[in-house]
Amino acid sequence: MFVKNCINPSHKILNLILFISLLFSVRTIKASDPDEHTAIVHDSLQEHAAAGAHHEEHDGKVNIGALAIEHILDSHAWHLWGHGEDAVSIHLPVIFYSNKTGLNLFSSSRFGHGEQSYNGYSLHEEKIVSEDESEKIYDISITKNVAQMMISMLILFGLFISIAKSYGKTGVTNAPKGKQSFFEPLIVFVRDDIAKSNIGKNHTKFVPFLLTVFFFILINNVLGMLPIGANLTGNIAFTFVLSFITLIVTNINGNANYWHHLFLPPAPKWLYPILIPIEIVGIFTKPFALMIRLFANMSAGHIIIISLIGLIFIFKSIAVSPISIAFALFIDVLECLVAFLQAYVFTMLTALFIGSAVEEHHHDHEGHSHENEASVNAKH
Amino acid sequence: MNAMILGSLIEPGLGLIVWTTIVFILLLVILAKFAWKPILTAIKTREQGITDALASADRALNEVRELKSNNERLLAEGRAERDNLLKEAREMKESIINEAKSKATKDAERIMQTAREQIINEKNAAITDLKNQVATLSIDIAEKILKSELTQDEKQKTLVGNLMKDLNLN
Repeated sequence: MFVKNCINPSHKILNLILFISLLFSVRTIKASDPDEHTAIVHDSLQEHAAAGAHHEEHDGKVNIGALAIEHILDSHAWHLWGHGEDAVSIHLPVIFYSNKTGLNLFSSSRFGHGEQSYNGYSLHEEKIVSEDESEKIYDISITKNVAQMMISMLILFGLFISIAKSYGKTGVTNAPKGKQSFFEPLIVFVRDDIAKSNIGKNHTKFVPFLLTVFFFILINNVLGMLPIGANLTGNIAFTFVLSFITLIVTNINGNANYWHHLFLPPAPKWLYPILIPIEIVGIFTKPFALMIRLFANMSAGHIIIISLIGLIFIFKSIAVSPISIAFALFIDVLECLVAFLQAYVFTMLTALFIGSAVEEHHHDHEGHSHENEASVNAKH
Repeated sequence: MNAMILGSLIEPGLGLIVWTTIVFILLLVILAKFAWKPILTAIKTREQGITDALASADRALNEVRELKSNNERLLAEGRAERDNLLKEAREMKESIINEAKSKATKDAERIMQTAREQIINEKNAAITDLKNQVATLSIDIAEKILKSELTQDEKQKTLVGNLMKDLNLN
């Protein structure tokens, strides 16, 4: 039976995911700290000093702002459901390099609920701190975001390699079926409407990169919308890396025309002291805007939803819930659109930047593409 | 405390930067080789196939159109030829009929002519015959009358006297 299952590729993927989740060891935590409360339904006035319970102020009111921010931040454990003693989390591996103790690797369950220390290390605001003040720690743990990113990577591998195989199997003369027919239009869209229309005749080289960017962002936007999903695409480190790669790809492929335009812009010579610094700053502001746009859009969506749900607890009345839920549902649906839209916008602008770096000498066309970019920037 | 949390919101974590870079490069390399390349090639091949198929369908359509127009032309030609043949046949028929008619009229006339001539000949023959017969009859009658006249002397003398009278006068 097992062997049979292994032959089926979809079961293989499932098994792989199961195996990974086993690696991260699902465990129900029995919180030992009596001060750890259920964050939401608590309304007693008892005092507590637990470091982990930021989202509750001492008079028992829920601090929705802090809760929202905490919700979209990265975490060393993947919290699934429940609070306090009933909380169910997946404990992820903690990996860090210390200039004193070298490489450390242990499960985040050693930190308990964030209040315990292990080998002199403890977790403070999701940061690993040492008892020794002079010790420098480089934290490269598999956090919730990293775990989701790896899952998304496996999903992308499974999905697209199986699609690629199905092309080999059914041949190109047959109509696409199943997964193929859903993803093929997206792939063709990225190739034709993003790469070809923004880069022009040399677009073929950049299509794999743009496809990877598009689907990597898209899948993580969508996974982030799931109730237990991580807000990876709303994390500035993630968007930083992607836009940094865009920066590198754009400038590596910049042709003579691009650099000529940068350092010898078609303007009077006396304007050069102003123009050249602006152009140089422009190299960095373009990917910077990419980074901020994706981060802010995705984070904002999450904050809005948790704030709307939070209204119920601010008013402490169940009567608010229909309105809250209606609005949250509306925003949720909107976020579905935003998930696609932001993946599209990021990829499109990346293609546009590459396009402006590799284009041949056509001033009319250039003016047009800049205009295009400005209008897209204004929209988002 | 909020400021600190907000700070961590916009402070990129080292771990995530490292992992994102690794994962993205892995994704790019592996997907480009094992997914995007075959998928894009396949899509391109199929598009090429579709374009070719459309072009050949267009060509076939043109060929069919050409054939159709050829057929129509042939059909029109056939129809014209048939009409020609029919016309010729009709003309021939008419000429044959006319010829026959004129021939028949001529024949009839000739026959009539012959008949008329024959009738005249017959009539003449009959008249001659009748004349001969009348002559014979008159001689016979004259003979019989003479015979009867000569039986009686009286009468013979008168006759001879009459005859003599005529002679004397001459």
